[in-house]
Amino acid sequence: MAVGGDQARAQRHRLLPALHGLSDRIGWISPGALNYVCERLRVPPADAYGVASFYALFSTTPRAPQILHVCDDIACRLAGAEELCAQLEQKLGPPHEPLPQQQSACWTRSPCLGMCDRAPAALFIAADPGGSPRGEPLGEVDRPRLEQALLSEDRPPAQPARATVAGTQRTLLRRIGKIDPESIGDYRKAGGFTALRRAIEIGPAGIIHEVDVAKLTGRGGAAFPTARKWEAVAREPARPHYLICNADESEPGTFKDRVIMEEDPFAVIEAMTIAAIAGGCERGYLYVRGEYPLASSRLQKAIDEARAAGMLGDGICGSPLRFDIEMRRGAGAYICGEETALFNSIEGLRGEPRNKPPFPVRKGLFGKPTIVNNVETLANVIEIVAKGGEAFASVGTPGSTGTKLFCLCGHIARPGLYEVPLGTMLAELLALAGGVRGGKRLQAVLLGGAAGSFLTPAEIGVPLSFEGARAIGATLGSGVVMVLDETADLGGILVRIAAFFRDESCGQCVPCRVGTVRQEELLHRLRRGRPLGSATQERDLLAQIGQVMRDASICGLGQTASSAIESALSKFEVFNRA
Amino acid sequence: MPDVTIEIDGKAVSVPEGATILAACRAAGIDTPTLCYLENLTPVNVCRVCVVELEGSRTLVPSCSRQAESGMKVKTDSARVRTSRTMVLEFLASSVDVSLADDLQRQMRRYGAQPGRYGPPAPPPKADQRDASVAGHHDPPSGDAAHTVAQPVKRDNELYVRDYTKCILCYKCVEACGSDAQNTFAIAVAGRGFDARISTEHAVPLPDSACVYCGNCIGVCPTGALMFVTEHDRRAQGTWDPSRQNKGETICPYCGVGCNLEVSTQDGEIVKVMSPLESGVTNGHLCIKGRFGWQFVGKRR
Repeated sequence: MAVGGDQARAQRHRLLPALHGLSDRIGWISPGALNYVCERLRVPPADAYGVASFYALFSTTPRAPQILHVCDDIACRLAGAEELCAQLEQKLGPPHEPLPQQQSACWTRSPCLGMCDRAPAALFIAADPGGSPRGEPLGEVDRPRLEQALLSEDRPPAQPARATVAGTQRTLLRRIGKIDPESIGDYRKAGGFTALRRAIEIGPAGIIHEVDVAKLTGRGGAAFPTARKWEAVAREPARPHYLICNADESEPGTFKDRVIMEEDPFAVIEAMTIAAIAGGCERGYLYVRGEYPLASSRLQKAIDEARAAGMLGDGICGSPLRFDIEMRRGAGAYICGEETALFNSIEGLRGEPRNKPPFPVRKGLFGKPTIVNNVETLANVIEIVAKGGEAFASVGTPGSTGTKLFCLCGHIARPGLYEVPLGTMLAELLALAGGVRGGKRLQAVLLGGAAGSFLTPAEIGVPLSFEGARAIGATLGSGVVMVLDETADLGGILVRIAAFFRDESCGQCVPCRVGTVRQEELLHRLRRGRPLGSATQERDLLAQIGQVMRDASICGLGQTASSAIESALSKFEVFNRA
Repeated sequence: MPDVTIEIDGKAVSVPEGATILAACRAAGIDTPTLCYLENLTPVNVCRVCVVELEGSRTLVPSCSRQAESGMKVKTDSARVRTSRTMVLEFLASSVDVSLADDLQRQMRRYGAQPGRYGPPAPPPKADQRDASVAGHHDPPSGDAAHTVAQPVKRDNELYVRDYTKCILCYKCVEACGSDAQNTFAIAVAGRGFDARISTEHAVPLPDSACVYCGNCIGVCPTGALMFVTEHDRRAQGTWDPSRQNKGETICPYCGVGCNLEVSTQDGEIVKVMSPLESGVTNGHLCIKGRFGWQFVGKRR
């Protein structure tokens, strides 16, 4: 029987999974397939096309079913990605076009793939008409290895490499590398689900109290007090309440959430369940970026196992509580990490941020009260509930409690994921990772990612706390610590950052849509030493472009699109060197 | 409804509860530029030209969609507001053909916008290149010229043309085609970033799309990107002359609804049909017959 009215419209949230289904099978979104999806889901074809053409991993024109995404973003650029892409272009032809050697394959450039610890990185995706696509992350690649990935027919899938994890305190990372991530038994043996049991005992008010005492703040970049967010949702009379785990980690240089999801997936589920109890949420979404095939397959297995073991679904852990998690895959859009864009993406709309207010705690996913937390923020909750908020708050500084994950990449001796108490000096962290690679002199550190800022060697005494970073006009952002040695081409990095924001702007508001284009053009002029008017005029213009993006853009993407660039130009002689 | 009082540029202004800051500005007689805002559409707050400075807010806020709350203090002419408005106008004028957008031009003069300072416009790309752009990818620019949205006019039916070189992406046509008026959903925004564009599914011509030719998108377009063929052709021939035109108000005779029409004639021919926004019957919207069904007039023998 045909469905109509509200019931039919409610199918729209299946649009993104349906588009994934098409892309997984034939490698692109064909007109006939799109029309079929539209008929089944009752979505206007023009709307669905608007959604399909929004995401970088989808193609709305015929494309080879096997595609190699080669990261040319900043961390990989420091590892020679630009030269690698030039070699590929010479041997394999232009991006997006079928290879002369093999018509069923193509290659393309990609923004950060979240494998900066093993730069340069690539991601091989092979569509499969049977519905079992292959997604293979490839680290530390060179041209012969990429050609092999693209051109050889029967090749054993590469074993996923394990990340280097280290630090002075292992709380969030305590199970990483020590348990089998696909075994719920291992997770239990390592203390898993004890926090959830305690959470059920102490109830929503008890959980929120502990998180409040712990002074936990969001680790996604905004550092908003987590307990305040949860309490606000718990108080809302409208039902249902939703919980979203934001795992759309896409900030260039960031790979911390990927490591947690790949190596400790049950922790993500346990933490989500605790947060859901606190906020009175019956339904959870786990939104994982599309470039993380290993994380999404392990999380899906973990969700299924947890449900089978009674830790999800009706009556979690023997209590009368109900909570379940649905996983959603992103499809190549940095902007979908912005919480309101993420709502739209789940709802089957274009991933365009919404204007705030209203805030998500009142009107979030499907217009209902919604908690959105980053993977790392949630992971902290397990420790807080298990050991108490006070113990958690005893680590770190009074203003920044707990530990923090930092993604060390670039010209550093031992790249990897490092956990240290908040307040640790940047210089200590760099020393912990072996300092600048090859004994070279430090030129700069990019702290916080493309939306963060550059620090000079004189600034590495900064304590890595929220207030410490703020005091020097920086931000911890997503925990990126990207090291640039004296040989690094800072101008080239800035131009790549500008290109990143131009590519990732959703295009909704004028300041960001056009501002990111004008910013990139201007940097190219400075880099080539061909300013319009004087260099001073160009600097003034760049400052004004930055100001309108910061002041008048709808969301954080536009508001921070100039921050790293402006910080570099104010502190370094970027374009004046011979 | 009770009133709320806010302070705008130091003066107290009272508006009914639920009214926007924009409504308050207009009630106070403050000229506030808008591009994507229209009384008969849901605010999408994307153009950001109406931003004002709100005390306590880190960023500027869009006045068109922010509700006035008692005690708000708003500045509409601070340096920050002027910079943002000027830049938004420059960004648009440096990337889009705004020659027919009268109000935008007026605001550019008011704010002293200089779109030329981003360089000369880049040469237009090949036909269909914008429709084929891939999300997340673009060729690096030289920087010597300012990238624009220039592209060939889309003329695929006999009633109206789509000249997206003039499109500022205000979303109004999408809203009018969608749930704000027509519920046809023939067009949507496709692509991403600077390559975002108004498109049918897979950029098919309008006759292959769901378009019903109500022309409500033309009625809301602020820049002349969507235009009656009659007007477009006359402009191309240089014979479009508003000074020789008569505007007559009448009621559409086709059905019993009784839509208000505003009929423009030139040289004894109907060249354009609109409906007043403030009409309680139409809210500015019509159907294909009221909008376009006038070819027989004057051809009667």
